[in-house]
Amino acid sequence: MEDRHYYKSLTRNMAITMIMVSITPLVLIAGLIGYYFETAYREKVLAHLQELVEKHQQNINAFLDEKLSYIKVLADSYSVEQLTDEAFLENKLIILQNAYSGIFVDLGIVDSTGVQIAYAGNLKLEKADYSGAEWFRKAQKQDYFVSDVFLGLRKTPHFIVSVKKRRGENEWLLRATIDFLAFNSLVENLRIGKTGSALIINSAGEYQTRPGMEPLPEMASLLKRTSWTRAAPVEGAHAATSQPAGFKTISSGSLALSGIVASRGREFIYILMPLKGGEWTLAYQQDTADAFSELNSARTLALTILFSGVLGIVFMAFFMSRKVVLRIEKVDQEKDLMNEQVLEAGKLASVGELAAGIAHEINNPVAIMAEEAGWMEDLLEDMHIEESEDFEEFRRSLKQITVQGERCKEITHKLLSFARRTDPVHHDIQVNDTIEEILGIFDQRSKFSNIRIQSELDPALPLVSASPSELQQVFINLINNAIDAMGSGGGLLEIRSRLEADQAVIDIADTGHGIPNTVMARIFEPFFTTKPVGKGTGLGLSICYGIVRKLGGTITVNSAVGLGTTFRISLPVHTGDVTRTGS
Amino acid sequence: MNEEKAIKILLVDDEEGYVSVLAKRLIRRNFVVKTALSGSEAVRILRNETFDVAVLDLKMEDMDGLEVLKVFKAMEPRMPVIFLTGQGSETDAREGIELGACDYLVKPCNLSELIERITAARKRC
Repeated sequence: MEDRHYYKSLTRNMAITMIMVSITPLVLIAGLIGYYFETAYREKVLAHLQELVEKHQQNINAFLDEKLSYIKVLADSYSVEQLTDEAFLENKLIILQNAYSGIFVDLGIVDSTGVQIAYAGNLKLEKADYSGAEWFRKAQKQDYFVSDVFLGLRKTPHFIVSVKKRRGENEWLLRATIDFLAFNSLVENLRIGKTGSALIINSAGEYQTRPGMEPLPEMASLLKRTSWTRAAPVEGAHAATSQPAGFKTISSGSLALSGIVASRGREFIYILMPLKGGEWTLAYQQDTADAFSELNSARTLALTILFSGVLGIVFMAFFMSRKVVLRIEKVDQEKDLMNEQVLEAGKLASVGELAAGIAHEINNPVAIMAEEAGWMEDLLEDMHIEESEDFEEFRRSLKQITVQGERCKEITHKLLSFARRTDPVHHDIQVNDTIEEILGIFDQRSKFSNIRIQSELDPALPLVSASPSELQQVFINLINNAIDAMGSGGGLLEIRSRLEADQAVIDIADTGHGIPNTVMARIFEPFFTTKPVGKGTGLGLSICYGIVRKLGGTITVNSAVGLGTTFRISLPVHTGDVTRTGS
Repeated sequence: MNEEKAIKILLVDDEEGYVSVLAKRLIRRNFVVKTALSGSEAVRILRNETFDVAVLDLKMEDMDGLEVLKVFKAMEPRMPVIFLTGQGSETDAREGIELGACDYLVKPCNLSELIERITAARKRC
């Protein structure tokens, strides 16, 4: 269960690392490029729009200048007498209308009192009185004049172009009416995309052309807040003395303002340019969604690619991590299996070592039995058994064979009880019984090595859940090492057991040569041994370590060179259970 | 064998049961046998008597067989020594040969073989 959790979190961590490492630069680069591309593209679109609007501004200005100059030429070329001749004036109007296809609606001469003294056109405006008309008052003050669009007497939108002439005390005006539709088409031509269109508005906020778009409610007030004054160093240029918030000046030759206005959840580009000496404003409006439509589709495409890329990375990261972790899991399993095999191999090695030792001990009794048997044979050669004085000798000899046979049996019994195939099933074991059983095996060996064994076992020690053969192996290995450490010089081997904080603690202490610090760090490593070649496998302590850990316990060592070594094993006990089991 | 003078053997082993029965069997075959149950006892006996051959157990409680051999070699350099050793201790026995022992036998051994080795050792060493 814990393993599953470990592998799951390993997969997750690997995948997250892969995702972060792959996606972070991708998103950063995409964001950076996207930002700079969008900024540059927006600027380019605005510059392009501004250029188009500027061309129209020039066209409109040229249109007005041109119409004014025709009237000017007319006024300069002919005397007032000639021009007041209505047939002459009619003739000039026809020439102008033919040349400029109906742009000029009519011509008229207005005297200083505002009365039209001559008229050519279709509207019967002879003797019309303009003294009260606003355009007349303004025209009287200027040599050349272009009026705002107004309805006037004819009740249709039009505007007037006039030239003031003076002869002696008398002043008179040559005026021409310009067809609104012809003028309007100039502005209407400025259509870009689906929503881009323009209009002209005067300083009073009145439309001078038919709006080709649905103007924003904010637009009129917005345009009202824009006024232009003739103050720039370049002739013909104007500075905006007031401009709406958020608008900025585009300074590229002629003057203009541009800005983006949000309204009703949409955004609009505005480009404002002065016309007619700053009296009018040419306003261009376009929905940003339309103006930047290509940018938007490019952005959508880029985001789609980015999103699919991210999805791909996430999928691959999890897929690859899972694959790698599965492999790691397999390798771990193989490793565990190998560790088990090493444990098993080590176990067999120690069984073999022990068997050899015990066989050695069996030698003496067996040798005696063999000799006794031989002795009996010797005696049998003489064959006077019943009455023989050797009869008693037979009895003694036979008894001896029996006794020595028992000895053999005892030793082999102990050997077999150890060498039983490992039972992985855990039982509740009384550790003290296991220790006593093991000490019996070492009886002979310790006697030959001059080692005194002292055991101090706590009879109230609770049961421990463990595999009996594994626990035996731990004690055999540790006692073997202790005896080896004390060598032929002999010493004292102490084994103590006690209950300490819900743990069965077993100390195995010897008075051997001790473990030097240089070796201490490696003693639990498999195949590490300080014994001569052929004497030890280097597996004993690592097996002990493995078994004790498997039982949920700990094994520690305390050693002083020259004084001895104490191994301490702590095993978890069944709390509250202090009954002993028969071994 | 009968024509020759009886061979005098010093038998050293800490297993009393083994020494006694082996001595009896050898005596029955006309050997003169003296037994010792420890290395120190053997050294004591050797101080007062001479022997033709010594048969020495390798592992004893008080003195190791190899140590006893060294003492024997110092006291009676010309006395052949045959080691008796348990299974698995052949390495120690070979060490004994290097230290000057004449031969070794692995316990339990056949009596006739032991007699053969004793006779041979007397001639060879």
